[in-house]
Amino acid sequence: MTELIAQYPFFAALLALLVLGIPFGGLLGFAAVKFKTEGNPIADQVESLLPQTQCGQCSYPGCRPYAEAIANGEAINKCPPGGESTIQALADLLDVEAVPLDAEHGEENVKTVAYIREDECIGCTKCIQACPVDAILGAAKQMHTVIVSECTGCDLCVEPCPVDCIDMLPIETTLQSWRWNLPKPVEILATDRTTDKEVAA
Amino acid sequence: MRKVWDIHGGIHPLENKDQSNQLPIEFAGIPEQLVFPLSQHIGAPAVAIVGVGQKVLKGEMIAEAKGLVSVAVHASTSGEVIAIQDNPVPHPSTMSAPCITLKSDGKDQWIEHQGINNYLNLDRTELVNHIRNAGIAGMGGAGFPSAVKLSVRGEQTVETLIINGTECEPYITSDDCLMRERADEIIAGIEILRYLINPMKETLIGIEDNKPEAIAALNRAAEGTAINVVSFPTKYPSGGEKQLIQILTGKEVPAGGLPGDVGIVCQNIGTTVAIYRAIAHGEPLISRITTVTGNACDHNTNYEVLLGTPVSYLLDHSGFHQKKCSRLIMGGPMMGFTLENSNVPIVKTSNCILAPTVDELPPPTPAQACIRCGMCAEVCPASLLPQQLYWFSRGKEYEKLEDHNLMDCIECGACSYACPSNIPLVQYYRASKADIREQKQDAIKAEQSKMRFEARQERLDRQEAEKEAKRKARKLAAEERARDNNNPDPIQAAIDRAKAKKASVKSEKPAAENATESLDRARLKEVLANVEKRLVTAKEKLKQAEQQGSDNVEAFRTAVEKTNSKYLKTKQELITFNAVNPALSDSSSMPAEKKILTGDAAQDAIAKALAKRDAASSMTDEERLQNAVSAVTKRLQKAQQKLAEEQRQEGEHIDLLTNAVAKLDLKLADADAAYQQFQNNNHD
Repeated sequence: MTELIAQYPFFAALLALLVLGIPFGGLLGFAAVKFKTEGNPIADQVESLLPQTQCGQCSYPGCRPYAEAIANGEAINKCPPGGESTIQALADLLDVEAVPLDAEHGEENVKTVAYIREDECIGCTKCIQACPVDAILGAAKQMHTVIVSECTGCDLCVEPCPVDCIDMLPIETTLQSWRWNLPKPVEILATDRTTDKEVAA
Repeated sequence: MRKVWDIHGGIHPLENKDQSNQLPIEFAGIPEQLVFPLSQHIGAPAVAIVGVGQKVLKGEMIAEAKGLVSVAVHASTSGEVIAIQDNPVPHPSTMSAPCITLKSDGKDQWIEHQGINNYLNLDRTELVNHIRNAGIAGMGGAGFPSAVKLSVRGEQTVETLIINGTECEPYITSDDCLMRERADEIIAGIEILRYLINPMKETLIGIEDNKPEAIAALNRAAEGTAINVVSFPTKYPSGGEKQLIQILTGKEVPAGGLPGDVGIVCQNIGTTVAIYRAIAHGEPLISRITTVTGNACDHNTNYEVLLGTPVSYLLDHSGFHQKKCSRLIMGGPMMGFTLENSNVPIVKTSNCILAPTVDELPPPTPAQACIRCGMCAEVCPASLLPQQLYWFSRGKEYEKLEDHNLMDCIECGACSYACPSNIPLVQYYRASKADIREQKQDAIKAEQSKMRFEARQERLDRQEAEKEAKRKARKLAAEERARDNNNPDPIQAAIDRAKAKKASVKSEKPAAENATESLDRARLKEVLANVEKRLVTAKEKLKQAEQQGSDNVEAFRTAVEKTNSKYLKTKQELITFNAVNPALSDSSSMPAEKKILTGDAAQDAIAKALAKRDAASSMTDEERLQNAVSAVTKRLQKAQQKLAEEQRQEGEHIDLLTNAVAKLDLKLADADAAYQQFQNNNHD
């Protein structure tokens, strides 16, 4: 045996690789079939990072379609409600450069909720049909109102209202929701050189 | 001497307690106006139950607890409610919040109240309810509703009850003075707590060794009880709940856990007194001990203050010099917060008002760069890595912050105190904690929105499908109706036809009875005619069905075939009959088509077609082909004529006609080719 190998080292190596290759290839093929992932896992991961306002500002009809588009190479900076933090998270996930928010799709604003001026509401149900998360309560010819805790502030109910009785109000800070802000980083450099001000004086 | 443990880190700032603990507790007096914020505790704000203009007595409930984690508010003196509105409240945000404003009448008239003589006879739940109604929240600083802490919990047993008399922050002496002067009330309050909680092992009062008088007083009062007074070396921040537990028992509360997880309940000294007064005297929590200290005040001491008293009222009593004061702080110098407005009221958690001079507490120097000295990590009582947390906080790396246990930070400020670069570390942690909480809340909300969105989408799809199904059903029903109107009840029609036929046969019968032969022939003829009639009708029906694209085309076709075969059979029979009886044969046995010609165009056409077919079958192939060519030529000519006419009139069907002409051209070519081929074949 050893002699044969010594005699034909090239063929022996080839044979050894073949013997190894066939079962491992089979194993890989089996694994590919057996452990196949259903659906698009990247789209799922992307979707879990999106704010789910379903506002459509990214020009896709909802967060899921945009997530799928991102998984297929769409730009990650089209989500104004998510803002910089979402872009950063997406950039980390997809290992791409974080880019500033695309102003074409809107700006990152303070969070808002819809508010219906109930005196003016005529009960047309148009906003109810527009709300992507069923956060508006009401019936035909009955006054409508917004369930504040469910409203995502997506803005979609404002446009269909025929009497313009819906306002987007910024969410007010209460004692309970108040928070500390990061201190402004002040880094002083000690220097013995005269500054411009001193020169001017 | 009981063994005590040590905590990691800690600092030793100047204590500055001697200024305020020399004098006995003073009653601050009744201010003209008192302000009661509805939210003086952790949890849901209380709900006002009085109206503007209403007269209230001292100790009367003016706002009730809303939900389980909430606390009621009581009037601390008698007077009249003059406003329920937003007022500045003591909070680091300097925001306003709903408050009840009371104008005191100076009488300080108590509402009728009564203590419980022997609380041991009372059920625990009832006792906890008393505490809840007395509006008691933790008086150490956080303001957690005491009743919630004391509520009977399921299986969890409490081993140790710890009373926190540490008071580790510099300047503050309110608990110290309380322990010195009201040790008996404290011990009585602890006995109530012991009855409620029933600690299996021990009850400890933890006091730092810089309060010897308080320790002595409590030891005296606790004699003969199961309560142990434990003193331990002074170090900031041993008064933190988790730190105190570690010092007294050596147990560590797990990260993100509660003292209950290691069988311990902690209460503040001030809370025990409040509980004692609520149970023994029936007095709700309407006053507390507050230290007023700092070099900007001439008179540093502890006051017994009615809750709702404005801070400015207290300062006026203490000889406060606005000009000397660098800033006004509620709480201690380590964990307190700056008050922008001295009109805010004293609330249940206000243990100290600090008015330092600029020398005493200079404004913070600007932060410099981190030199990575590691002092912060050395002093952190929670054994965290403040420097790492600082970098992550600045980089907003929330995941890493959580991995480094930012949430276990107690915000004691030891790291900022130790930092040689004066970096406001705790501020970074507070901001990052808020960010992380916000992110988590956003994630929960996003999940919720997604669920609602998906549920809505599903509902819309379902509704659409239902609508589509209904539409289809309606369409089908409409078609059905249309067919029924064309052929009103086919079965009835069939019956009518059969009846009519019978009647006609009956009426014809006598005429046919001349002779058996003629009778037979006549019968055969009649049958033949009948069959023929049926064949024609069947064909007609088939045509109709084909035009309408009905489902029954197949059935009609089979019927036509069957009728046709019957017709042929009958005809054969008649021919045989005629052959047997030639004498009687006459022209009537010839194809009956001509005889049955009616005015009906369709039947005419069929008859013609049949005749043609018969003729065609007798033709030779050559003739047939010739015929075909000539017929197509004729049709082509006709079509061309029509097209020309249409073009002249510029009608709409020019396209169609052009198409037809082209098709006919092709057909003609085909027919011609076939004819040529046939001729060629024959000539060969």
